[in-house]
Amino acid sequence: MKQEIKILRQHGVQYIKDLRRQQLSPLFKGRPVISEEITEKEIASAAGVCPAGAVCSKTGSLDLGKCMFCGECVFINPDKIKFTNDYRIAANRREDLIIKPGQTGEIRLSENHVRAEIRRIFRKGLKLRQVSAGGDNACEMELNAAGNVNFDMGRFGIEFTASPRHADGIVITGPVSSAMSYALKNTYDAIPEPKLIILSGTDAISGGMFAESKAIDRSFLADKKIDLYVPGNPAHPLTFINGVLDLLGIR
Amino acid sequence: MKGSYIEIENNSGPYRIDDIPVLPYSDFYNQTITFMRERDSIHCVAYFGIKYQNRIRIICLLADDTNGKIYGYSFIYNDNETLDSVTKVLPQMHLFEREVHENFGVRYSGHPWLKPVRYSYDRLNTDQVIENYPFYRIEGEELHEVGVGPVHAGVIEPGHFRFICHGEKVFHLEIQLGYQHRGVENLMVQSVKPLQKCILAESVAGDTVIGHTIAHAQLIESLAGIKAGSRLQIERCIALELERIAVHIGDTAALCGDVAYQLGQAVCEALRTSVINTTQLWCGNRFGKGLIRPGGSNYPLNAETAKKISEMISDTGRRFEDITERIFSLTSLMARFEDIGTVTALQAKKAGATGMAARSSGVARDIRVTHPFQYYQKVNVNTIIQQKGDVLSRALQRKEEVKESIRIINQLLVAWQENPENISKPRYDVPLKPDSFSVSLSEGWRGEICHAAFTSGDGKIMSYKIKDPSFHNWLMLALAVRNQEISDFPLCNKSFNLSYCGHDL
Repeated sequence: MKQEIKILRQHGVQYIKDLRRQQLSPLFKGRPVISEEITEKEIASAAGVCPAGAVCSKTGSLDLGKCMFCGECVFINPDKIKFTNDYRIAANRREDLIIKPGQTGEIRLSENHVRAEIRRIFRKGLKLRQVSAGGDNACEMELNAAGNVNFDMGRFGIEFTASPRHADGIVITGPVSSAMSYALKNTYDAIPEPKLIILSGTDAISGGMFAESKAIDRSFLADKKIDLYVPGNPAHPLTFINGVLDLLGIR
Repeated sequence: MKGSYIEIENNSGPYRIDDIPVLPYSDFYNQTITFMRERDSIHCVAYFGIKYQNRIRIICLLADDTNGKIYGYSFIYNDNETLDSVTKVLPQMHLFEREVHENFGVRYSGHPWLKPVRYSYDRLNTDQVIENYPFYRIEGEELHEVGVGPVHAGVIEPGHFRFICHGEKVFHLEIQLGYQHRGVENLMVQSVKPLQKCILAESVAGDTVIGHTIAHAQLIESLAGIKAGSRLQIERCIALELERIAVHIGDTAALCGDVAYQLGQAVCEALRTSVINTTQLWCGNRFGKGLIRPGGSNYPLNAETAKKISEMISDTGRRFEDITERIFSLTSLMARFEDIGTVTALQAKKAGATGMAARSSGVARDIRVTHPFQYYQKVNVNTIIQQKGDVLSRALQRKEEVKESIRIINQLLVAWQENPENISKPRYDVPLKPDSFSVSLSEGWRGEICHAAFTSGDGKIMSYKIKDPSFHNWLMLALAVRNQEISDFPLCNKSFNLSYCGHDL
């Protein structure tokens, strides 16, 4: 007992008090800012180096739903493209993930597109079922971390459940491997209505590096309304938690 | 020993594909058996097929732990031929033969079960579907089967576990994977930009980013005939040891969670956070994505970060020591860890186990020592082993490996100070030598990672083979739960913490 008290003392307070304003390392790649003055040549070089086709070769915009956050476009155009360490990059409309040159504003959820029942029913407690469908385990580990002693999203009543029957929504990671498409649909169908869908990580949002792979089957997502897109490679726990809090309307 | 093979070294070359001897299958068979039956110190790191000059060529690569060499040889498979299976004599070869059978239709006689390995989309027989996996069965009125997955209760990757139980006791567990198959190896060939291959290597297994990217980067460097400078090598090794520390501490948290020791879980979770946040401080990503690249680095370590790493490992090491001292002194925890999920050294050898899973069962396999890569040639690495092979051994193994990794990083940081040369930017455009191949081994936190690649006449990669340590180690888990209570399965599973996507590729 004495030793345990010593260990507890040693560790002090571990939880992040304000999950909205925590500062991340300056090198963390969050919301990008692309200069309005980016030239056609620089756009072409950024699009040329991008491994994921996230940089539009015509407009120079950067799609966070495709971005692998490797930063190579920054290394060749350091004056024109920057990644800030702003981790609040989740959105509820796919088009809001596309950052245009000159755009410096923060990424926030479109209030008009949040379904009313989400806030009415889930605001005081949200139970989620997670399905990894080809996820590389980095996204899954970050979702686990969102509930750990540091990030502790359980303080808002947000938790992962073991059964889809007890869940209010599904969090999908991975590009959706063909072999998982059936189990994914089954799990989703087992969740009672109303239910929400969250895509966590670039692989889940667009297929990422696997978008063109023949081992992928994304047809499940084709006709679904996605309630939250959480970009990242993997999505940082703070990106996920802030996105969910915004979706639920928790300040 | 006399034989017909090419003798190569880890992370060297490039070697000419034509220098790999092509043997008649009977010679291939005899050579494989002579090599591995006589000595435990030789094990197979890769056995795979390539399409070469319109024929199927099966390549075998054996690693010799006594002299750091890798032996390569091959045979050409003629359609409809039935070959004598090596697995009968060397059970550790069972998955390799299954894989080649699945992908190329190579027929073997005498193999106990030529079942699909991962249902890759380009498998030969598409009539075989994942929903109809032919599970092993035992008939009996008092027996029942328990199926778990592919979707599991926790936030983890998918896979299916089928138990055959007598009451609470597990007679047999069969682990069926393939749900995570994303076609990584084919994308490695199809992707045009070298950077795409780096990012694919990062996502082979997201918990082993550094292990796999080092294997990939040094493979590309070998094929291009370039060598990383000392300082770059040192930084890669530091990153790899940080990854090992982070995962071992995280898995200790998971083990505590499974036996409801909340303090151990919370403390180890927090300690893991401090390790991966240091990696984030270094390169902006908690898992080290973006840190390892061929030919250079986008994130050369600076003095300030090096100091932070040094402080963090000493502080984390001290705290981890305190909590593990407590964990391993609590009788209620020891009752759950001790003599649970035992895998013997003989079983581990027969399963072809690698890495910490093998070492926990008393089999001293460690690529850092036997086939040193990067800067491991110049630092002192002690191979930690345990003898019993139970959950406790694997928990103690993690504790001791954390301590050893901290010692290694401290050596590396000194060497880093002494090697002040500049690190250049990554080199993506290096031309690869045509008609060549190279083999790259690294020791990730789970164990031995093998990447091998073959180039065509125009210097493009035409075949890329990846072997994650989980490939063999999943069988260790199946063996561990035999004759155990089914309720101990989660604990056994966490004690190994194997990769689904690394296996399924």
